[in-house]
Amino acid sequence: MARVVVDVMLKPEILDPQGQAVQRALPRLGFDGISDVRQGKRFELEVDGPVDDAALARIHELAETFLANTVIENFTVKVEELAVGAEK
Amino acid sequence: MTARIGVVTFPGSLDDRDTQRAIRLAGAEPVALWHKDKDLKQVDAVVLPGGFSYGDYLRAGAISRFSPVMETLIDQAKAGLPVLGICNGFQVLTEAHLLPGAMLGNDHLHFICRDQKLRVENAGTAWTADYETGQEIHIPLKNMDGRYVADSYTLDKLEAEGRVVFRYMDFNPNGSLRDIAGVTNEAGNVVGLMPHPEHAVEPLIGSGRTDGLPFFTSILKKLVAAS
Repeated sequence: MARVVVDVMLKPEILDPQGQAVQRALPRLGFDGISDVRQGKRFELEVDGPVDDAALARIHELAETFLANTVIENFTVKVEELAVGAEK
Repeated sequence: MTARIGVVTFPGSLDDRDTQRAIRLAGAEPVALWHKDKDLKQVDAVVLPGGFSYGDYLRAGAISRFSPVMETLIDQAKAGLPVLGICNGFQVLTEAHLLPGAMLGNDHLHFICRDQKLRVENAGTAWTADYETGQEIHIPLKNMDGRYVADSYTLDKLEAEGRVVFRYMDFNPNGSLRDIAGVTNEAGNVVGLMPHPEHAVEPLIGSGRTDGLPFFTSILKKLVAAS
């Protein structure tokens, strides 16, 4: 079994009021020097069988048609190494 | 012949019964459609009602867009079947790419509920023929994800082709680009808008006005003319 991570972010030109709300709260919490925050979504897909090119191509299609709306969002697909003992 | 207008119920639809009632008041026969059915029961038009289908998880309307009923609906809408999407229905139509652009969370991050003034920008669609272009109407608006966005090329194209059907007046309730409240597809048979005409069809309830009723009489007139 392997894990594939799909990260979805609003395109840079799309207003992200959630990210702005988070950013505005930072000075109140004592975190200075952060000029912008944008909030995205991370999907962790546990995949049965090998993550070969065919499997990745299917996940890419899944991300493009369903997990992300490409009218407003960009996405990346990456395979996560599940190293033993790597959990913090 | 009485026109048969389907109303799809998704899990989480809230305004399906109000929409059926509006259709009946306009003089047509409402036909309940279930999201799992591929069969549209030979209706003459379809309304996708407001609500929070699938809890709006992932994105508003994104999961509903893959319901079995949508497979048939997408094909038939492309072939000319009149389809109206109200609020969540509008979100489903953009997710299905039957209408351009996308719907995002309100810029102020709050749910909003108010009587909204709109200007009818295009009285030439299947669902707006009983209005006058330029007419100002009041119908209720209630949403969390009502911010209409598209890239500037798409927005310019929509404006140039008269496909912005409704614009917010006096107050932009959600940060929609260019105050857009509703749009139509190229053929004019598919229309989506965020405010709720089905809640403004009887003088005794809602806003106390019947400014929403012409949606349902417009489509009726179009269907009678086509038969």
